[in-house]
Amino acid sequence: MNWIAIGVTVKLAALTSMLLLVIGLGIAYWLSFSRWRWKFLVESIVALPLVLPPTVLGFYILVAIGPHSPVGRFYADLVGHALPFTFEGLLFASILYSLPFAVQPFAAAFDQVDRRLIEASWTLGVSKFKTFFKLILPLSITGVITGVVLSFAHTLGEFGVVLMVGGNIEGATRTVSIDIYDEVQALNYAGAAKTAFFLLVVSYLVLLGVYAMNRKVWAVWPQR
Amino acid sequence: MRYLVYSLLFMIAFAGSGPSPAQAAQEVTVAAASDLNFVFKEITALFEKKTGIHVKLSLGSSGNFFSQIQNGAPYDLYFSADSRYPQKLVESGHAVASSLYTYAVGRIVLWVPAQSPIQIEQRGLDVLLDPAVKKIAIANPKHAPYGRAAVAAMEQARVYDRVKDKLVLGENVSQAAQFVESGAADIGIIALSLAMAPPMKMTGRYWDIPSEAHPPLVQGAALLTGASHPVEAQSFLSFLQSAEGQAIMTRYGFVVPDKR
Repeated sequence: MNWIAIGVTVKLAALTSMLLLVIGLGIAYWLSFSRWRWKFLVESIVALPLVLPPTVLGFYILVAIGPHSPVGRFYADLVGHALPFTFEGLLFASILYSLPFAVQPFAAAFDQVDRRLIEASWTLGVSKFKTFFKLILPLSITGVITGVVLSFAHTLGEFGVVLMVGGNIEGATRTVSIDIYDEVQALNYAGAAKTAFFLLVVSYLVLLGVYAMNRKVWAVWPQR
Repeated sequence: MRYLVYSLLFMIAFAGSGPSPAQAAQEVTVAAASDLNFVFKEITALFEKKTGIHVKLSLGSSGNFFSQIQNGAPYDLYFSADSRYPQKLVESGHAVASSLYTYAVGRIVLWVPAQSPIQIEQRGLDVLLDPAVKKIAIANPKHAPYGRAAVAAMEQARVYDRVKDKLVLGENVSQAAQFVESGAADIGIIALSLAMAPPMKMTGRYWDIPSEAHPPLVQGAALLTGASHPVEAQSFLSFLQSAEGQAIMTRYGFVVPDKR
């Protein structure tokens, strides 16, 4: 099993879900509480990565952060190297790719919070900021955890986007799914099978955690 | 529940702050055409043992690496399966002109699994017309030189138009080989270097396609201008050109040209 690839993948997935927690909470809050009539435009954009082929997303990201774009040039001038085919570039791509997996559960959870409680909090003079952290966030915590875990799991299994913007570099952009692809081409089916099984088990465990947490009935073994 | 959140955040922060692996040691990043899949793994293993320099080997189609390098991919060395891509990289300023050299000339073969009834030994490329041949695996000629050589050979044998509906395209020549090795395709036109690699040598038979049947696969390599490990890259090139390196290349069926 390729531990370097596993390390890269876990690091990528963890950083992606951590950054999405910050970015996603902001976007989800706005989506849930805004009364702007054109809000559906933004909602559709957030959901786009769900339906776009990873090659399309990867292609646009590659063009957008490549050395021929203003953004890419600015980054290259700032840091000294181009963004594509680096871990940072992959992180940027993963955040976009997993955005709906974080934002949608967050927003759905915020929608469930009783508006009367929030308004009561506001009328009692508690700031919006404090209301969010003391009231909204605790009441929607399962949705928030679900979003974080799902974006983590989704990034673990990312393939098409990584292939487009990663460049398959050991220790930087060679993720587990790319490693499996490589092993199959090298006819090392045993190696591919081991890594694939590892990914299967981890993915199942992650989902197990999400569904266990969202159970309506907490007792697995009902008391007599 | 609160502890769950804290421990999750802690785990994420912890995972994120770990040192990135393999950063301190000497290393060289190599982008190599996938006909080098097995031979370069053997060469890099030996090179690593001798010098202690770690080789980060990426394998893929030459055309993909070409466009990735133009988009700023941080490789040190580029081993193409043709000479046009590295030449173009020199022209666009992505590769060092003086470093450009021919490291090998490749060959293509017809390959079938050992127990296949398809008679490649007697009939050569005409065997592709056989009704038993339903799928022919080649590399994608759009960006893989070995795919282009396969198409040229079929055209020269005047079978291409009649078999082109049977073609299945691998993303690179290694994938084309995997298609036929796994039995998904009946026959493949692949690199001799893959057919001579231990896993494929044991499971199949091959027939050499005459080298006059297609434009020669003159394979060029170059040091990239953005290389961050030029010294290590140079010592890898020297090792490849040493008697030891050349012997391994020859063993995998490459014709190794005389030194510059």
